Amino acid sequence: MRVETADIIIVGAGGAGLRAAIAVAEADPNVSIALVSKVYPMRSHTCAAEGGAAGVIKSNDKLDYHFDDTVAGGDWLTDQDAVELFVNEIPKELTQMEHWGCPWSREGDGHVAVRPFGGMKIMRTWYASDKTGFHMLHTLFQTSLKYPSIKRFDEFFTTDLLVEDGRCGGITAIEMRTGQLRTFRGKAVIVCSGGAGRVFPFTTNGAIKTGDGMAMAYRAGVPLKDMEFVQYHPTGLPGTGILLTEGCRGEGGYLLNKDGYRYLQDYGLGPATEKPVLKAMELGPRDRLSQAFWHEEKKGRTIPTKWGSVIHLDMRHLGEKLINERLPLVRDLSRNYVNADPVTDLVPVRPVVHYMMGGISTDINGATTVDGLYAAGECACVSINGANRLGSNSLGELLVFGARAARHAVEYVKTARPMTDAAATAQASDVENRIAALYKRTSGKERVPALRQQMTMSMEEGCGIYRDEVSLKATCDVVAEVRARFKDVALEDKSYVYNTDLFQTLELGCMIEVAQALVVSAIERKESRGAHQRLDYVQRDDVNYLKHSMAYYNPNGDPRIDYLDVVITKSQPAERVYGAAAGGQVTA
Amino acid sequence: MTATRTIQLEVLRYRPEQDAKPFFQTYAVPVEDEWVVLDALNYVKDELDRTLSYRWSCHMFVCGSCGMMINGEPKLACKAFMQDYPSGKIRVEPLSNFPIERDLVIVQDDFVEKLTAVKPYLLPKQDKTVEQGEYLQTPAELKKYKQYSLCINCLCCYAACPQYGLEPSFIGPAALTLAHRYNTDSRDAGPEARGDLVAAHEGVWACSFVGACSQVCPKDVDPAGAIQQAKLYSALNFVTGMVKGDK
Repeated sequence: MRVETADIIIVGAGGAGLRAAIAVAEADPNVSIALVSKVYPMRSHTCAAEGGAAGVIKSNDKLDYHFDDTVAGGDWLTDQDAVELFVNEIPKELTQMEHWGCPWSREGDGHVAVRPFGGMKIMRTWYASDKTGFHMLHTLFQTSLKYPSIKRFDEFFTTDLLVEDGRCGGITAIEMRTGQLRTFRGKAVIVCSGGAGRVFPFTTNGAIKTGDGMAMAYRAGVPLKDMEFVQYHPTGLPGTGILLTEGCRGEGGYLLNKDGYRYLQDYGLGPATEKPVLKAMELGPRDRLSQAFWHEEKKGRTIPTKWGSVIHLDMRHLGEKLINERLPLVRDLSRNYVNADPVTDLVPVRPVVHYMMGGISTDINGATTVDGLYAAGECACVSINGANRLGSNSLGELLVFGARAARHAVEYVKTARPMTDAAATAQASDVENRIAALYKRTSGKERVPALRQQMTMSMEEGCGIYRDEVSLKATCDVVAEVRARFKDVALEDKSYVYNTDLFQTLELGCMIEVAQALVVSAIERKESRGAHQRLDYVQRDDVNYLKHSMAYYNPNGDPRIDYLDVVITKSQPAERVYGAAAGGQVTA
Repeated sequence: MTATRTIQLEVLRYRPEQDAKPFFQTYAVPVEDEWVVLDALNYVKDELDRTLSYRWSCHMFVCGSCGMMINGEPKLACKAFMQDYPSGKIRVEPLSNFPIERDLVIVQDDFVEKLTAVKPYLLPKQDKTVEQGEYLQTPAELKKYKQYSLCINCLCCYAACPQYGLEPSFIGPAALTLAHRYNTDSRDAGPEARGDLVAAHEGVWACSFVGACSQVCPKDVDPAGAIQQAKLYSALNFVTGMVKGDK
């Protein structure tokens, strides 16, 4: 088997992976980097982020305000040391992006402009029209081309981490063009593989978001933290699940039920004012807005369509000029996909799975419980998002923690012992044998698309915006059944060149592990907090559950769930306050 | 779900391990009115034929993965709507002007090398530390290059470009546009700092200005416009250089 070597191997070349690669290159140009990704960097899902990235820069704002919004937004399940560090570092990271050419939208005098976002008390979200993630991704990718120490391996599908005695020494990855497995040997691995929204059937996430990195780390013994917290974005297009940015509401859009009524005022978010007020109504946090939709649907006040119930996003009063300037992609998507022009029409939307608050458990340097193994971005859980992420904190997170993980890894590799050849070779040949067996299997009667559909539908039914013991147990059983039947999948395509049957099969294997960690963590958390709402345990329970869930992989059954204390430094758990009582200012 | 109608999806197949040459395979696909061609391909993959390979991810015309020829035109499969193909017959092929890796998957190394060669990153006019804050840029200055920064690298423009088809050394629409995007950024030191590649033989001067790139661009980036502007800058630069005595 061909062997590649690098000091630091980065899995995933989206926002976090590229930021990490650049940080390594800048910290020490002599440290060699292998940047390994199953897609070309510009295809990474960071490109689909629209609204912006929050960072304190304006004179009316304070780091403490961003801290408070984030901690309360996360329903106190955030680690406050991580949040403090995050809010301190993000303005510098966003300025760095500006220096690398990111086309941030501007004020008249040339300073960077900010827009309002949900759950934020002050306008602090930097944006590049409504294509912020796209511009950040391309700025990072194009900037990364400057550094000769970054060697890219585009379209290499990472299958496994190589771990010996609690120390990570590389990965195995399939060169997609040839189907050949390669070993990558290194002293540190940074996993930046993104989220896992595809474990649900209706999601804003692209096809590639199958939780590969989460599953890899999990199988290697690293716990997945707080997996039960799944963010539903309140405004996805019906049918496709395409995201319409929170910026639509930041700029002043309304959410209307079937009677044309701004129903959020009935859910503790009012009063309904004409101009948007920060932390109120449509600028409330995502968990509350998606939950309000669920209640409206129960009350029969949503609009039935063949793609499920919807409510309306009304942007007509914003005017064509503002929509073209600040929400051009939203207009393009709405016109094309639902035949509704936001300038003149109501746009049908519904909540849709968007983001995993949970992920690979890391400390504030991105380090995991395995030496030399780091994680950053959506695949990681450093716990700045807690039980509910605030919109526009994830683009910042991938910068801050991508760079931090990289800098820490650069120090680590200076003294790290490499993995032994014997262990690396043995593990790589195990992987090779496993894949060869998959090719050889002819008796398999299970089909990947059918298993995937059965599992994802069950996740939506039993593990959605509201859950209870019965629904979760039913989903848990389905996931366990799918996991057992997965062993009986045979490839229908036996070729080696760009075999997407193979990759979808490997991806489904990852999705099953992630789904199981998610649903079992949800069963065990017998309280309601943030995005985890239990109909049978409706209150937040700080006595028993002010703790992170830690799911440990079990090859033969349900994961073991353990708990880890939340880091609280200066903000004691309190009631989350939105609407009039939050005292937010009018935005414009 | 009941399909509205059934279409004939004619797909170019090529598996280098077993096919001597590419051939067309036709699938009968039940489709919904709201669907795009990508949805039909996904139906084939899930229900009819696991051996079909193509790239896709975001399904919202921003990741640029699913560029392909659809009834002879380079398009994103996620932005090619069923209702625009009333005849019920759709032919799908890999993007023209690129080698085929497998089925609808093209080899795009050439583009990535060309993109790298034009130095598509900011070469700051003035060095500034992060502590010194952002570079100022007015909305008017932003507007000068903003359109050219919207390229998603889907490569539809390369598939449409007759010059690239004839002369593969041509740097091509997307890479030239991205070079121009930085050259016209008020924070950037400009074409001199970026080097001669854009102005060289295989750069902007190789463009015969057919404008097909701009017609097919799914993001309205207007590469042809960028290249014309760059020619103008390049010519002016040459003249200025002569006056200054550099050339």
